[in-house]
Amino acid sequence: MKSFTYVRAKSPADAASMAASTSGARFIAGGTNLLDLMKLEIETPPHLIDVNGLGLDKIEDTPSGGLRIGALVRNTDLAADDRVRRDYGVLSRALLAGASGQLRNKATTAGNLLQRTRCPYFYDTAQACNKRQPGSGCSAVRGFSRQHAIIGASTACIATHPSDMAVAMRVLDAAVETVLPNGKSRQIKMKDFHRLPGATPHIETSLQSGEFITAVTLPKPLGGTHVYHKVRDRASYAFALVSVAAVIQADGRGRVAFGGVAHKPWRVEAAERELPNGAAAVAARVFADAVPTPENEFKRILAERTLAGVLSETRGRS
Amino acid sequence: MSNPANISTSRRDVLRAGGAVAAVSGMASRAAAQPTEISLPVTSQVHLQVNGKPQTLELDLRTTLLDALREHLHLTGTKKGCDHGQCGACTVLVEGRRINSCLSLAVMHEGEAITTIEGLGTPDNLHPMQAAFIKHDGYQCGYCTPGQICSAVAVLDEIKAGLPSHVTTDLTATPELSAVEMRERMSGNICRCGAYSNIIEAMSEVGGLTA
Repeated sequence: MKSFTYVRAKSPADAASMAASTSGARFIAGGTNLLDLMKLEIETPPHLIDVNGLGLDKIEDTPSGGLRIGALVRNTDLAADDRVRRDYGVLSRALLAGASGQLRNKATTAGNLLQRTRCPYFYDTAQACNKRQPGSGCSAVRGFSRQHAIIGASTACIATHPSDMAVAMRVLDAAVETVLPNGKSRQIKMKDFHRLPGATPHIETSLQSGEFITAVTLPKPLGGTHVYHKVRDRASYAFALVSVAAVIQADGRGRVAFGGVAHKPWRVEAAERELPNGAAAVAARVFADAVPTPENEFKRILAERTLAGVLSETRGRS
Repeated sequence: MSNPANISTSRRDVLRAGGAVAAVSGMASRAAAQPTEISLPVTSQVHLQVNGKPQTLELDLRTTLLDALREHLHLTGTKKGCDHGQCGACTVLVEGRRINSCLSLAVMHEGEAITTIEGLGTPDNLHPMQAAFIKHDGYQCGYCTPGQICSAVAVLDEIKAGLPSHVTTDLTATPELSAVEMRERMSGNICRCGAYSNIIEAMSEVGGLTA
């Protein structure tokens, strides 16, 4: 690990302004992803800004009937919150499908959104990776691509976003609250938060330099049946090959987003009109522009079948 | 987390450090810091409450909680397996919650209470989970065992506290103590010898689950 200096931020605005004025500085919250990457020297921040202890660990009701989740709320606590379990079951389910008990006790809401891809070529510093070393190329494109994206990728990067939580946040239309280095705050909708790789896969979110996440807000509950199905190579503690987050109403209408298939949670609102017509109709719309490799074309079929399982389960329950 | 004065640094210090960090790398301690452009230390004094005893350490900021416990406090019961949060051998309890001590900086635990395998029980006075692991042969080589036991103790507490898991059928109900629940919750602790079924036997006995 490269040497670094360390400070504890005194407020969210302090964190943002310090980050903007210190080249290469990184926020550290749970640290479960960042420290791993620092040990491998994939991340080499010269300066860490500890954002624990800013009072951002609370879950509050909002005036519009939703929830405001502090950026530092641990994954364990968010999944176990009574309101989340009752009204946003898809979010609890997604969190509980991710990582291990030990990691969820440390990992935070904002950190989960900002975690880096688990693409093996990103992790292997002997390989070309435009995300790790912009302009160096992409070894994954002609490499082992079983785990990689089937849609929304580019010739520069075919990595997937590893988060389960973010897929549920996307289906719930969550918004990310931030503070900018100038002290002003703003909201970024989940659909605009993560970027597609394009020619700049190292720029993963729409956050500006130094911009600091303070909370994630959920609109008022949707009702319906909440399901998160994750398909992976072992039954627990593995990243998704494909996942489906869905909220389905009694009349068959609803929302659905897919994980493990793209550089961001993948949701096509126009395709949701097809939900009453079944999984094949939805998947045909959602994955119309898919460009899989021979090694990961199974994901297109797996996604449709996983959705079919979700829909049959929700029909049984409503 | 407390915010003690020993890491109090003004914004101006940070600004100065921004352009000069490469030069800081080789410097030893805060005491050696010169009144120059370089003013931020790369070591820190850290206070921990380990197994009930207060400890003060002067650590390189890069020191993980795991290395602080093993290399500085010589509490070698906690094991380093993968050092990347994948195996669970380094599991300890921090303020009563289990974490991977390899993926946490010691400096980020200022003032916190850490419990390691040495703090759960002693050879003469075993923790019930330690005794149950021996009774049920919950290990072979034993390398993963301290992490398994720390995790197992926390898992029973988590179920008792009503925290849901991936296999909890009804999210709004209180989860029940069952083999399925324990297996899912123990998935962050890998055992290459494959003692899993005996570990669940040991946990079942301590948790009061009758088969």
